[in-house]
Amino acid sequence: MMESYCFMSLDPATVRRIARLARIGIDESDLPALQGELNGILGWVEQLNEVDVEGVTPMVGTGHAALRTRDDVVTDGNCRDAVLSNAPDAVGPFYTVPKVVE
Amino acid sequence: MSLTELTIADAAAGLRARKFSAVELVRAHTDAIAALNPRLNAYITTTSDAALQAAAHADEALTKDEAKPLTGIPLGIKDLFCTNGVRTTAASNILKNFIPPYESTVTANLLRDGAVFVGKTNLDEFAMGSANITSAFGPVENPWKRNGDDAALVPGGSSGGSAAAVAAGLAMGATGTDTGGSIRQPAAYCGIVGLKPTYGRCSRFGTIAYASSLDQAGPMARSVRDCAIMLQSMAGFDPRDSTSVNCDVPDYTAAVGRSLKGLKVGIPAEYRAEGLSAEIEAAWQQGIEWLKAAGCEIVDVSLPHTRYGLATYYIVAPAECSSNLARYDGLRFGERVPGDTLDAMYEATRRAGFGPEVRRRIMMGTYVLSAGYYDAYYLKAQKVRSLIRRDFTESFQKVDVLLTPTAPTPAFAQGEKTDDPVQMYLNDIFTVPASMAGMPAMSVPVGLGATGLPLGLQLIGRPFDEETLLAAGSALESAAGFTHRPAIRAEGAK
Repeated sequence: MMESYCFMSLDPATVRRIARLARIGIDESDLPALQGELNGILGWVEQLNEVDVEGVTPMVGTGHAALRTRDDVVTDGNCRDAVLSNAPDAVGPFYTVPKVVE
Repeated sequence: MSLTELTIADAAAGLRARKFSAVELVRAHTDAIAALNPRLNAYITTTSDAALQAAAHADEALTKDEAKPLTGIPLGIKDLFCTNGVRTTAASNILKNFIPPYESTVTANLLRDGAVFVGKTNLDEFAMGSANITSAFGPVENPWKRNGDDAALVPGGSSGGSAAAVAAGLAMGATGTDTGGSIRQPAAYCGIVGLKPTYGRCSRFGTIAYASSLDQAGPMARSVRDCAIMLQSMAGFDPRDSTSVNCDVPDYTAAVGRSLKGLKVGIPAEYRAEGLSAEIEAAWQQGIEWLKAAGCEIVDVSLPHTRYGLATYYIVAPAECSSNLARYDGLRFGERVPGDTLDAMYEATRRAGFGPEVRRRIMMGTYVLSAGYYDAYYLKAQKVRSLIRRDFTESFQKVDVLLTPTAPTPAFAQGEKTDDPVQMYLNDIFTVPASMAGMPAMSVPVGLGATGLPLGLQLIGRPFDEETLLAAGSALESAAGFTHRPAIRAEGAK
């Protein structure tokens, strides 16, 4: 049996929820355009419903590389200052974050 | 001939014969960048002083007969490759002040072989785009012009700055990355050669990630041989990339000019798609005739799932992008916009840091991975991706290489095709399927269309058979005798 589902056009609440999941701030004024663009793309990818994928294994990568292990040894480290060198608001040897516990 | 018109192969020979020095060669390019980059915007960051210093070291090495394959050769580096101590932006505001404390493997390989980097080339933000119009550092202008028309054309994308720089003589070659066509399509739009290697051939370590199961680095240059020389240096196993493949790097330049007698070339029926311009269809037919004349056997093949390549891509790539770009949180690196709470800071940072196309793809990816939609979109796309690969695998049981157009049209003007994201995505209709399957592919310029713009043909090969691409590509190159040069170029610019 073909997989099938009904294309549900995204409503403004869903667009708001996706933005929230993606941690991207949006203004109410952005919603109509975003909704239109995302629905346009989703409507277009609906064509995949024509394809019978019964019994097909999903492709998760090109599979050319063999999984490998390496020796359990330290290969990198002792570079704290380099790691912190691009932190937007480092204080001493620390990253800083907004207060998360009241 | 002006130094900015030479091929890498000829420049390397000229340096060894002391016809000119590396300083002269590099200065010709840094002067050209100073003259033309304000208009073309091909580079986000130029490194002229460091390049001239490196050129002086190259001259010392040449004097001592210690020259390596790329000693003294000025290259542009797509601003997606981390370069130690040199700002790397991915053309995004969120990384506008990011200075990597390490070097990507691909650029480290090029430096090992003596290359001189003249700057970091412009691109679509995080490599997401097909026209180089989503860069936070402004669009790139294609150095080519339509006959009798000065309108600014797009160079293609996402490696648009690399393509424009190489076409205009602001670099002898450049690195690109290709996720769905980002090397091949701009190469076609700018009349140069661009090669996307097999997935796993070049390390992804230190290349800012967009869609990790698709991203692959490759060379862009003005000849097939130059691409072979660059790939020789860029390719190779890297233990720091878990998808890097540990197989020998062959002598790529030996494949250039190799006989094609008996080579079977497949012509996929499905690439005669709607929207293919008549002039590109004619160029394709011409390419078939040239390969036949070179001793190839032409075989009709079918890749029935090709037509679903783009829709599959626009599920898989945004899904991977939404995951990869989660790291830009305003905490550890990149720009931060303050907020009262952690979530408010994330949201403000990511809204200000990402442009509209990147935000759109992150949201699209977030949606297709979200609970309740994962099976319908993402899992389904992965299954269709298997079928796309199967088409290629079955074709390569009958033929050695495929010949197709690279893009459905020549370069278009800035401002065209921008209203509807789906219309823009269609530029990659012929390049995306090989990306989805992980196959190597190359674009070669074969002529000019009616309006005077370059047209490219694409060769797609078996995994790790870049040599056949180079052999067939050099045959097309010789037959086409493509010596046309763009209206805006370094030679005579002063």
